[in-house]
Order: sequence, then C-alpha cells, then structure tokens
Amino acid sequence: MARVRRSAKKKATQDPARRGGQRTVPAPRGGARVKVHLALEVNGETLEVACASHRTLLEILREDLGLTGTKHGCELGECGTCTVLIDGRPELSCLVLGIECEDRPIVTVEGLADGPRLHPLQETFAELGAAQCGYCTPGILCAAKALLDANPDPSLPEIREALSGNLCRCTGYIKIFEAVELAARRLKDPGAKPARETLYGRQD
Amino acid sequence: MAGRTEGLARPARALRVVGRPVRKVDGLAKCTGALRYADDIILPRMLFCRILRSPVPHARIANVDTSKAARMPGVKAVLTGPDLPIPFGILPVSQDEHALCVDRVRFVGDPVAAVAAVDEDTAFEAIQAIGVDYEPLRPVFSIDEAIRTPEPRIHDYGDSGNIHKQVALEFGDIEHGFREADAVFEDLVFYEGSTHLAMEQHAAVAQADPDGKVTLWSSTQTPHYVHRALAKVLGMRPAHVRVIACPNGGGFGGKSDPFNHEIVVAKLALITGRPVKVTLTREEVFYCHRGRHPVLMQIKTGVRRDGRIEAMHFRSFLDGGAYGSYGVASTYYTGALQTVTYDVRNYKFEGVRFFTNKPPCGPKRGHGTPQPRFALEVHLDKVAEALKIDPAEIRLRHLVPPNTLTVNSLRVGSMGLRACIEKVVAGSDWKRKFRLLPPGKGIGLACSSYICGAGLPIYWNNMPHTGVQLKLDRGGGVTVFCGEIDIGQGSDTVLAQVVAEILGIEPIDIRIVFGDTDLTPVDLGSYSSRVTLMMGNAAIQAAERAREILARAAAAKLEAPIERIGFGDRRVFDVEQPDRGLTFAEAVQAAEAREGTIGTVGSYTPPPSAAKYKGGGVGPSPAYSYSAAVVELDVDPRTGWVRVERVHLAHDIGRSINPVLVVGQVEGSVYMGLGEALMEEQTFRANRNGVHKFPSMLEYKSPTTMEMPEVITYLVEDPDPNGPFGAKEVGQGPLLPIAPAIANAVHDAIGVRIDEVPITPEKILRAIASPSKRCGPKRIPDFAWHDPIRVPTPWAGVVDPARSGDRS
Repeated sequence: MARVRRSAKKKATQDPARRGGQRTVPAPRGGARVKVHLALEVNGETLEVACASHRTLLEILREDLGLTGTKHGCELGECGTCTVLIDGRPELSCLVLGIECEDRPIVTVEGLADGPRLHPLQETFAELGAAQCGYCTPGILCAAKALLDANPDPSLPEIREALSGNLCRCTGYIKIFEAVELAARRLKDPGAKPARETLYGRQD
Repeated sequence: MAGRTEGLARPARALRVVGRPVRKVDGLAKCTGALRYADDIILPRMLFCRILRSPVPHARIANVDTSKAARMPGVKAVLTGPDLPIPFGILPVSQDEHALCVDRVRFVGDPVAAVAAVDEDTAFEAIQAIGVDYEPLRPVFSIDEAIRTPEPRIHDYGDSGNIHKQVALEFGDIEHGFREADAVFEDLVFYEGSTHLAMEQHAAVAQADPDGKVTLWSSTQTPHYVHRALAKVLGMRPAHVRVIACPNGGGFGGKSDPFNHEIVVAKLALITGRPVKVTLTREEVFYCHRGRHPVLMQIKTGVRRDGRIEAMHFRSFLDGGAYGSYGVASTYYTGALQTVTYDVRNYKFEGVRFFTNKPPCGPKRGHGTPQPRFALEVHLDKVAEALKIDPAEIRLRHLVPPNTLTVNSLRVGSMGLRACIEKVVAGSDWKRKFRLLPPGKGIGLACSSYICGAGLPIYWNNMPHTGVQLKLDRGGGVTVFCGEIDIGQGSDTVLAQVVAEILGIEPIDIRIVFGDTDLTPVDLGSYSSRVTLMMGNAAIQAAERAREILARAAAAKLEAPIERIGFGDRRVFDVEQPDRGLTFAEAVQAAEAREGTIGTVGSYTPPPSAAKYKGGGVGPSPAYSYSAAVVELDVDPRTGWVRVERVHLAHDIGRSINPVLVVGQVEGSVYMGLGEALMEEQTFRANRNGVHKFPSMLEYKSPTTMEMPEVITYLVEDPDPNGPFGAKEVGQGPLLPIAPAIANAVHDAIGVRIDEVPITPEKILRAIASPSKRCGPKRIPDFAWHDPIRVPTPWAGVVDPARSGDRS
C-alpha cells in the first residue's frame, strides 16, 4: 500500500507540470491518520514505534528513532546512500517499509561499532580520507561490511561490484576501495599499514 | 607575510604536523553517523516546509489562491511572493531573485509559495491545494532563441534583450599577433552543462528567538553571504540574524548561492514562532542547480612554427538560465585563465551570457574555467599535430615562467607545470605510446591551472577575506574560531594542522568552531579554492601571536632568552636544553598569570592585483595551482563506447598540508572530470515546457564504482611564497585537464575529433561516419560584439618585449 503511495508521490513530483496550478485539488486525507505499532530490532535493541503504515524504514530510523546516521540521497532507490543491513544483507531503507521489518535484525551505521570499539572499516575509512563529505559513508560502510562478512578477502573487482549501487561524488571511490582492502587486511593483521602511495601519491 | 612575528625560535626540526597524512578531525564522526548535517537537526515543536514550484517556464502570475491550503488542518503558515518582496542574489550587480516569485516565474521550478505544517505529508498536500493562475509568456531555451527573441525580456536589467552580460577585452594587439604568426588555427567547441549532484540535498532549519532574533542552520558553502541576504530580505539587523553552516554533504559550488528556501524557512519561523525545516527533494535539487554553464566557444590562435602563441582570440557564449547567480563572474572566468599556463603574447576575449528559461547556472568545481580549458587543450592538441610537435613538447616549450605577469596582468608566482608534465609523461611511458598504440587504444595529454582564491571578495569592501581567532585553555586545549565551512575537502583539518604545527601541539588537542556568524570571524566561504591559502595564512598569524605570548611567559619562567624558546611534543622548552621546559598547559597557565586571558586573532587579505582594468577583478589570485593529466583509454569503434583505463595526474600543490587529503582531492577531481567528459548532462526538453531531461540520480548518469579507472597521482611540491607553508589549492584544478585529455586520447585511439562534451558513444559514431571525422559545433551565432576595452600588455613599450626581467 505504501509502495503505491510512494510511486504516486514520485509521479506527482516528477512531472512539474502536474504540480501547482491545478484547479481541482484532491481532498486531503482528513481526520487522524491510523498508526501501526512496530517492534523493530535495531542494532541489537528492540525499539518500539507507532507510525503510519506507509512509513519507510528510512523515515522510521531517522525521524521516529532518532538514528540520523543513516542518510538519504534520493528516496527513490537510486543512490544507495540510505543502505542499512537487514538480515545481514544491504538493503535500501528508502524502499523498505517499516512494517516489513519486524523480526528482521537491522544494523545501521550506529550499530557497526562494538561499544567504543570501532569496526575496522570505520577506522580505515577515517584514516584514508575515504569519507570526504561523509554523507554517502554510512551506506557504503554497511554495504562494505556485508561484503567482508561474506568474503573476508575480496578482490578489487569484487569490491567494485559490491559497492556499485552506492554513489559517491567526492572520492572517485579510490580511497573507498583502498579503505575496504585495508580493513580486510586488518581483520587478519591488526597492524596492517596502508601503502605509501595511498597516503602520499606515487613517489617516482 | 603580513603579521608574521619575527625573532621566535623555529622548531629545531622540520615540520611535525604539516605534511603528515593525519586523520581528518571529523573523520570518525563521519564514519559513525555522529556528524550532524542540516537535515539531521531535530528541534522540539519543529514544523516542516514544502515549496510550490512553477510548472511553467515563463509566465506572469495573475493570482495565487492559498485559502484552501491555509484552512487545512495542520497547516501553520502559508507564504507567497508579496510576503518577501525584497530581491536578493549573490552578486551585487544581479539582485534579481525573490524568495518566492512576486509577479513572474522564469523557469520550471521557480518557487511560488511555501507552507509550514506539522509534518511533511501535510505540507505536501497543502502546496498541492494552492491554486496559481499563470499567464504564459514566450519562453527561450537556447542561446540562438535568446538572440532571436529580445522580447519578452526575462529580466528588465542587463545588456539588452535577453543578453545578460557582454564583455570584450583586448590585451595587446591581436591583429599584430596574427600577422607575426606562421599559421592560424581555429576551432569551435561546446561544453555541455552539468550539475553538482552533491549526495546531500539542500536542507535548512530556522528558529526564531522569543526576542525576535532568528537562527538559520543550513547546508551552505557561504554562511557569510547567506547572512547578508537573509538580513536584507527579512529587513532585519544583521546582528539579529545568525547563520550556522552545517557540515556540507558535498558542495562542489552548488551550495554557494543564498537560496530561496533558506529565506523562506527563516520567515516561516519568525511568523509561526516555531522551528521550521526544509529539505529539498532530489528533483528539486536538480532544478535549484547553479551548476556548470553550457558554453559554446570559438578559439583562434596565431602560432609560430615552434608553437609559440603570438595571438589568441577567444569567444564564449554562455547559456545562463533564468537568473544572474554568479553569472557575471562566470562569464569573465571563461576568458581569464587561458593565459597562465602557456605564454600568450596578444589576447582578445569576448564573452556573453544569455538569460534563458531554465534553472540558473552558476559555479561548479572549476567555475567557468573547465569549458575554456577544454577548448584550449583540444585546440593545442590539433595545433601540435599540424606543426608535427609532440603535444607534451609544445606545452613545455612555451610555459609561462614563474614570477611573471601574464598578457592580462595576472601575477604568476610559483609555477610547477613543467615538473607536472614531466611526471605524467614519464609515468605513463608517453613517448612509447603516443600515436604508437594499436587501433582503438589511445593516450591523451592536457594541462591546466586554477586560482587559489579570488583576489577580490564578491561585494566590494576593504576588509580581510578571512579571520581566525584562538582561545587557549588552561588545560592545554586550543579552540580555533573561523567562519570557514568544511564541505568535505578537509578545511577543518587544515586549520587544526596549521595551528598545531605552530603551537607544537597535536590536531586532536584543537577544537574547531566553524561557520557561525555569531561566534566566528568572517571567512568568505568555501569557493574559488580560497580556504587553505587564505584561512591558512590567517591561522598562521593568529597562532604566531599566541606563540609569542606563550614564549614570553616560558622565557621568564625558564629564565632563558625568548629566542631560545621552542615548541613541540606539547611542550614549550629551551631549544638549547630541550629537557628544560614546560608542558603546553603549564605555558598557557604561566602566560595567563602574567598577561591575563589569552586570545589572539589573525586575518588575511590577498595582495593587490596588477590587473587594473574593468573586468580585472576576475582572474587575479595570490597563487595558481597547476595540473597535468595523461589519460589512457580504449574506444570500441563499433559501439562508440569509451573505457578509461588509467589516469595519470600530476598536481603542483605548492606544499601538501595533508597529503592523503590532497591525493583524495585529486582522485575526486579526476572522477568529476570523467563524469563531465563522458556522461553528465544537465539538459532540458524545449518541447515539453523546459522540464529537465534527467531529474533523478538514475537518469542523470554519473560514474559508479564500475566506471572509475585507476588514478595515479603525483604531487609536485614547489612551495609558493604566498601559501601557508607554501600550500596551494587542490580541490578544483585537477578536474580541468581530464575532459580535454580524454578528447585527445579518443583522437589518438580512433582518429576522430570530438569537440564537445560529454563525449558519448553516439557522438563518436557520428564522427566516425562523418567525412570530417569530427563531431562538434559547426557555427557560432552572429553576434554584434561591443568594441573591446583595450589594455596594454605588461611589457608594452619595452624595447625587447620577448623576455623576462621586464615582465615581472
């Protein structure tokens, strides 16, 4: 039902000719909006929320649960920015309804660290400047974590493939690839160091 | 450097913090979801705003009926144009925007009315309940149409008809130059518009104080200019308006204008007494735009047999969109920097910007210079081919020497382009590949330069361009206040590293307070690659002053002469007996006991320019960065598909304050250049009312992880005397050579010339099929240019005009 609403909204906003200037106006939904009660398992905690049934997981995380670490870039499933892990798999939280997520463990960027101990991906992304503006970073970290969970030693083509649904406009992806590679090495060897070229450019 | 204190002992060793690839000060906050962007702000009782936008490209507004919307449950306020009648705009010469259109809409997407409601759904339903009667006016969608259609005018100011701004400058005598030349070459080139596509949509939150003041949090690159616009349009004292820039989720120039939605939420907060948030949809961001101008260009050069450019005549036609934005500056920028790479003896520039009924263009990474750079570098590739000179060699032969004035009186200081070219030529094995690769494989070279901050502010004033204030704490912490705003480039980190270097502490000991017009000294904003150089110099001055105070106190305490006091490892010590010293915190306490509360300030104003002619405000800079690129690619002649395999990019950074961030800026610039070169297009459907062709991230193609080639970065460090520790810019310059290097490599691969971007497969196939083996513009419009302003060259009247000493 809410998916239908989404696409109706998309249609209305995508054709500017349809916006404004209309003589006939659809009647606003009057009266109180019916809310559903959800219990979601987010980052290992059970969180309860009462919200309209059409709320996307993205909206619930950010606006109802205050987990603003998850960002949005399009809310149409095009950019990957809002990626979270559901049942351990990367999903676009803007395309998933909250009511679809009960009994499915959800992990957001806030849940990647183990208390004060950061996930190696978080450390390597910060260390190599793989987070420039940082806005796509939470989604990419989630996608990268799913990759490393499934494949602790990914090749560069596998990293590219795993992150191909996530757009980044700052980095040209290269520091992101290098940060994922370094995190994979750190999982085996916590002392693994980045290549000198990564930090200083080529020194010929 | 002005204000640098003398006589203090320098650290006995080399730089400790500057030059180190330290983690960004906000790096972990960005990787844990802790950093708060504008849309992450949630305030009690907050309302949500939606803006109704015009569905027609050009019309008079006959009537706006908001009565139904205003009566809807949950709607707290409705605004229309007459509620905010004062115009604004980024440049003083083009105050042509309204927060909400008053009597006319000029593009699909122009804001007409706004609603504040209890939630976004209600606000969305309410704007749909607003009725607007439009009386359509004839729209224009192209430069040709703008020339053919002087009436109705889109604006009642500007040059004439729908010509916004026309400029014509002649430096020296190009006719003389063409006579001196052995050959004359001419090209027509087109550079399509593109948009910034920052991942974060624009967002703003406003809150009114009970005493009538207002605070705006916004995703903006220019809080100072937003502050000015907000005070002007709201009719409030600037002292009662506070603008706080939030960390930008990407900017690239797209958040450099004061925007209508920022003013709208401030007004809504004032009239409702509640906080109001607006977050634009991705589609609205495409219509907000202010991105790369589509530019049609004609370049004509007269060259000697050895490739020396005796005369250059450059013409640019800019499709500006519906408002002025930065357009006057953009127009000048399409003619300003052709002269700072290769020696040009006589130069004429004619540029014209048109109003059209499309979203306004403005500054995007490289502001007005990637287009002419594309034209110049593609043109030079053809000149080299005709003269049978290697493209690297023709450039190396005629580099502008360091410490000279160019033909248009731009002062070039350090100039590392020679080293850049040598690096990419050697690194790519250019000499064994150029014209020698198998069919379908190509290699291309191009170079560029960019400013390190504009020499003049956007509005005329004689105050500093940036200020930095330090507060030293008894616990050994230092708080640095500066109006700068980090848009992802790492300016917070640069600030922390510079201050830490001089005070002998670590970046983590420093707290940065940024981008807050109530708390921080003015910095003009994150544009024109100005922040590292200008803010860095101001930070050095403020930190040197603090260092002097601490050194006096430490000298007294240690009973050592002040000349012997050194700073490092969070200590202040006697450099001749390093174990005799104070901790940094003890030194602060000693200084505070001696002199009272410690605070220092620093500021920076660029040196005066030698370009003393009308239009000479655009182009001068304290320093110029240089880049050279070699692109290796292959082209499938059956499909026209281009696959970029590798990019070699050497950048003259002066000195890296933080090399890993510099490399990141290079890689990001290469990426954005690739997008513009191969796929990105901000274009509109003239037959469908001027709607955007691709207003979504799926349809607007940008490179993904799958398209990004290998990038090999070489940093050339030749410290510039005007840069902080010698540093120059890196955020924009390395984008510029990418598109022309790709075009030149496509020619090397399959022998066709694509004289326009984006270089799409269909254009390549068209070129292959055409007799001229070229795809690009075939004509420029007939246009009546003004007589140029004639400006003597710096070497005019000198007996031997050819060389050196007389030119600096």
